[in-house]
Amino acid sequence: MSDRGKIVIGLIIFVLIFTLPMTYNMVAKNKAVGAPELEIPPEAGKECVRSTEYMRPFHMDLLNEWRDEVVRHNDRYIEGPDGAMIEKSLSNTCLDCHSNKENFCDRCHNYLAVYPYCWDCHTTPEETAQPELVVAQQPKEEN
Amino acid sequence: MGIDRRKFVKVASLASLGLVAGPPVKALANEVVKEAEHGCEGCQGDYLGAPRAVHPPKEAKRLAMVVDLKTCREHPDCTACIDACHLVHNVPDYPHPKDEIKWIWKEHFEHAFPEANHQFIEEHVKHSSGLLFCNHCDNPPCVKACPTGATWKREEDGVVMMDWHRCIGCRYCIAACPYGSRSFNFREPKKYFAEQGKKPQPDFPMRMRGVVEKCTFCDERLARGLWPSCVEACPYNCLTFGDLDNPDDPVRELLHHKFTIRRKPGLGTQPEVYYIV
Repeated sequence: MSDRGKIVIGLIIFVLIFTLPMTYNMVAKNKAVGAPELEIPPEAGKECVRSTEYMRPFHMDLLNEWRDEVVRHNDRYIEGPDGAMIEKSLSNTCLDCHSNKENFCDRCHNYLAVYPYCWDCHTTPEETAQPELVVAQQPKEEN
Repeated sequence: MGIDRRKFVKVASLASLGLVAGPPVKALANEVVKEAEHGCEGCQGDYLGAPRAVHPPKEAKRLAMVVDLKTCREHPDCTACIDACHLVHNVPDYPHPKDEIKWIWKEHFEHAFPEANHQFIEEHVKHSSGLLFCNHCDNPPCVKACPTGATWKREEDGVVMMDWHRCIGCRYCIAACPYGSRSFNFREPKKYFAEQGKKPQPDFPMRMRGVVEKCTFCDERLARGLWPSCVEACPYNCLTFGDLDNPDDPVRELLHHKFTIRRKPGLGTQPEVYYIV
């Protein structure tokens, strides 16, 4: 049993290396990176289609639901919080209020390292043409 | 002094001519006005396009398009419908033909209607082009080929739809479509728009590299009560869009009074785009 000393020293070295991330942070007094600070949308006064408590964890489910309803069932409108009908549209409804995508959507997504592919196709207001260049949305009146 | 005999006869004959000829001329004039108001009333002479209602038919069961190639080929340089469609749907205009994306395009007559073409066909038809887009077939082969259900025939109105979220880019539908109506995104459209300094329209999403796209009869515009963009854009009213299930619809009236052909009818796909040639 003459190897006891070596084993104990080996164990101590192992524990030190294993707990290095914790001990390093304790010694260097590093703090964990806090939750990202989201910029409040410019139109903060307006009520969202769902509560913040629902939206925070489940907004992606709502968007998927809307996607299937719009594309596959041609069910494009939903009653908004104020009773008016609103379009189920990420680019044209959500981003109307949450126009600060970079400081709202992206900040949290980057923090959590999730990269939603919505933006491969869908556009943000900064990317798109100005409204006056948009083709008239009202049908032409003809005799 | 009063009028002489000669003058009296002149006036009297003119007046009697007016009395006799007046009503028929008036009736004829009314008829012309009526025709102009109601468009294809029996479709006498060359069809000049029925005036459109403000909104496309709601709750249509079988949407179809009639293309008046007779009028269209008088304006070979006009691309109003193509420009409008490709603008509102953010279709990129790639310089290399291998990358080409097209929802609506013009094609030489013999390629558009190989079954209607022959060696001695009328000269002006031979050198004209057909206006082509998705036929929204009643029996769509692309739908049968799609392994993911990303393209399907909408039961309520017959539009052959695309779900770009679900398309995996296998291109079976491109192989299955006998009309070349489908295009594949070999390049990233958003990147190309940025390179070109072009800004997409906000009302319609773009597509991504690796998905197939095609005309959807402007389903997003129909849902808002708007006509398809090509129909609205055509300055000569060559495109008539409507519901084949409604016997009073302008498309039915046109098909009833005008001889029309469809592309490759022998394949049994039952295209819903009809051409007046």
